[in-house]
Amino acid sequence: MMIVRLAFQSLLNRWVTALLTVLAIAMSVMLLLGVEKVRTGARESFADTISGTDLIVGARSGSLNLLLYSVFRIGNATNNVTWKSYQDIAKMPEVSWIVPLSLGDSHHGFRVLGTNADYFTHYKFRHGQMMQFAAGGRFKDLFDAVIGSDVAEQLGYKVGDKIIVAHGVGSISFIEHEDKPFRVSGILAKTGTPIDRTVHVSLEAIEAIHIDWQNGAPVPGQSVSADEVRKMDLTPRAITAALVGLNSRLATFKVQRRINDYQEEPLSAIMPGVALQELWGLIGTAETALSVVSAMVVATALLGMVTMILTTLNERRREMAILRSVGATPMTVLGLLAAEGGLLTLAGVILGTVGLYAGLYFAQPYIDHAYGLSLPIDPPRPDEWLKLGAIVVAGFLAGLLPALRAYRLSLADGMMVRI
Amino acid sequence: MNELVVTSSKAGRESASSLDAVSFSNVEYSWPGPSPFKLTIAGFKLRRGEKLLLLGPSGSGKSTFLSLLAGIVAPDRGRIDITGTDMAELSGAARDRFRVDHFGIIFQMFNLLPYASLIDNVLLPLRFSSVRRANALREGALDEVARRLLSALGLDETVIASSRAASLSVGQQQRVAAARALIGAPQIIVADEPTSALDRNTEGAFLKLLFTQSEKADASVIMVSHDEGLATHFDRVVRLDDIATSQRGGRS
Repeated sequence: MMIVRLAFQSLLNRWVTALLTVLAIAMSVMLLLGVEKVRTGARESFADTISGTDLIVGARSGSLNLLLYSVFRIGNATNNVTWKSYQDIAKMPEVSWIVPLSLGDSHHGFRVLGTNADYFTHYKFRHGQMMQFAAGGRFKDLFDAVIGSDVAEQLGYKVGDKIIVAHGVGSISFIEHEDKPFRVSGILAKTGTPIDRTVHVSLEAIEAIHIDWQNGAPVPGQSVSADEVRKMDLTPRAITAALVGLNSRLATFKVQRRINDYQEEPLSAIMPGVALQELWGLIGTAETALSVVSAMVVATALLGMVTMILTTLNERRREMAILRSVGATPMTVLGLLAAEGGLLTLAGVILGTVGLYAGLYFAQPYIDHAYGLSLPIDPPRPDEWLKLGAIVVAGFLAGLLPALRAYRLSLADGMMVRI
Repeated sequence: MNELVVTSSKAGRESASSLDAVSFSNVEYSWPGPSPFKLTIAGFKLRRGEKLLLLGPSGSGKSTFLSLLAGIVAPDRGRIDITGTDMAELSGAARDRFRVDHFGIIFQMFNLLPYASLIDNVLLPLRFSSVRRANALREGALDEVARRLLSALGLDETVIASSRAASLSVGQQQRVAAARALIGAPQIIVADEPTSALDRNTEGAFLKLLFTQSEKADASVIMVSHDEGLATHFDRVVRLDDIATSQRGGRS
C-alpha cells in the first residue's frame, strides 16, 4: 500500500506528463473498445439486414450470389424465375406469404426493384422492424415509385418528382425508359440497409416499361404509350427472386428441399440468416484487421508510457537514493516503478472506458441516423473485460522495463548519487 | 522528550555489552568496472554516543567508506560490525532492513521527496523499519512525534504546516532531513557533508540542534566532511588518510 501511495504521489508531482500519458492510453483504449462496439454493431446490423423472411428463392445459383443480388442489390441474377414457378411456390400449404422481386433496371446507379405492396408489410430488418415512410406513401398508380432515403438525399427528390428509369444497372445508361416516367409517391425513412439505395416500383410497372421491348432493346416502330399500357395485361412472365415467409419455421428445411428439387425449372432456396453468416465470414477479415490495428495503437500508447517513465528516471535517481537510505530495497524501487506503470495504465483504461461510453451515449443517435448503424450501449462483455484486464497487466509489465533499469541504477548508485 | 532516551535505550540493541557502535577491521573493497578503485581500512571504531568528524578531501574514498558503513556494498574482505552485528554476513535485502533499523542518514543536499509533505518525509524510515516505528510510537502519535522533532530542530509551526518540501530553504530542508534521520531513535547518525550548502552561522546552529537531539537519543554521530573548521563541534576528528589507503588505477 505504501508503495502504491508513494508511486501515486510521485506521479502527482509530474502530473502534466502523467496526464498526457494517461490520455494517450485512454484514447487507445477508447479506440480498441470503440472498434469492438462498431464491429458488434456492424455485425448485428448486417445480420439484421433482412429478418422475418424464412427463405429467399431464385434461379439456381450459389447462396451468396442469390443473397447478394436479392438483398444487397450487388451483382446480377444468373437467370429468372418463371411466373408459374412463383405461383406454384405461393400455393404450397406451408407458405404464409410470398413477395416477388424483379430487378434489372436502375436510376442514376440506384437499383430499381419491382415488387408488390406486400413487400412493405413483410420485408423486415433489425429485430423485425418495418419500413417507415418519411414522406408520402406506397405506390397507388402504376407509375408510382417509392424511393429509399439515400436515393432521396443524394438526388434531392421530393414526393411528386418525376424520375426516369434506365434499362440495365450501370450508373450511366444510354437506354432509358423515357416514354414512361415515374412519380415519387413516397420516401422511406433511413434503415441502414440496402433499401435506402433502392427505387421501388410495382411489378406491373416493370412489366409495363418493358412491354414494347424484346431481347433487352426497344422494338423499333412498336412503342406503346403510357396510357395504352394501362389497358394491357401486365402479369409478369418472370421475376428475379422471391421472399418467402412460412407458417412454421419448422417447415423451413422441408420447403427448402422441395424448392431445390422443383422439377419444372432449376431453383435455389436459401435461408437468409445462414447466407448472411457465410457472407460475414468473408468480410470478417476486415474486422480482424481493424482489431489488430487498434491493438497496435494500445501497444504504441504503452510504449509512450515506458518512454515517459524512462526519461524521468535520471532526474529521479535522487528520489531512489533517498528511498534506499531509509531502507527501501532495490526490489522496492523496482516495485515503485512497476506500480507507476500499472497505475498509469489503470487510470488510462478507466478513463478510456468511461470516455467511450460517454461518447457512445452522445453520438449513438447521430451514428444511427447517418450510417444506419446501431451501436449497443451495454456493459463490456466478458471478452472485453478480459482485454481491459490484459491492457492493465501489459502496462504493469511494460512498467517493469524502466523499473529494471531503475533497479540496476539503484544497485549501482546506492544512496550516494551526486547531482 | 525524556522518555525518548529511556525507551530507545531498551530497543534494538543487539549487544549492550559492546561499547562500539561501529567497528571496521581489515576491510578491503574495490569497485568493479573500467576505473577500479580499491579502499583498504585496517581498523576504525566509533564508540556509542560519540560525535566523530571524518575528514578527507574529495576523491579520497569517502563515498566508498559511507557505502560500506551503511551496508550499500559488502566488503570483499574483513569485518564491519555495527552494534555487534557483522554486516558482511547479511544478505542484500537484510542489509537494507538493517540499515534503516540502525542508521539515520543525512545527505549533502536534496534530502527530501519533493512531492511528499514534511511530515511524510520525516516518517519515511518508519515505513521500512518496524523497530524504529515501535520506538517512535512509544512517544505518541507518529504525526505528533514528527512535529515535535521538527520544532525541536528549529522549524516553526507555520513552516511545518506548509506541506511542500520543495518550497523550503536549504537550511530548512537539512533540518527536516535531520528529523528524518533521528526519528525512531536509530543508534548511528551518518551525515555526508550536511552543512556544505549552509553559511557558518546556520551551520553552527544546525549542528547544535542535531547534537542536542542525538544526545537525547543516545545516538552516535559520524559526519564526513572536507572542512576542518567543523572540528570544534566534535568529540573526535579522524582523517580518512590515517585509517584507510586507497589505490586508484587504470585497467590492470
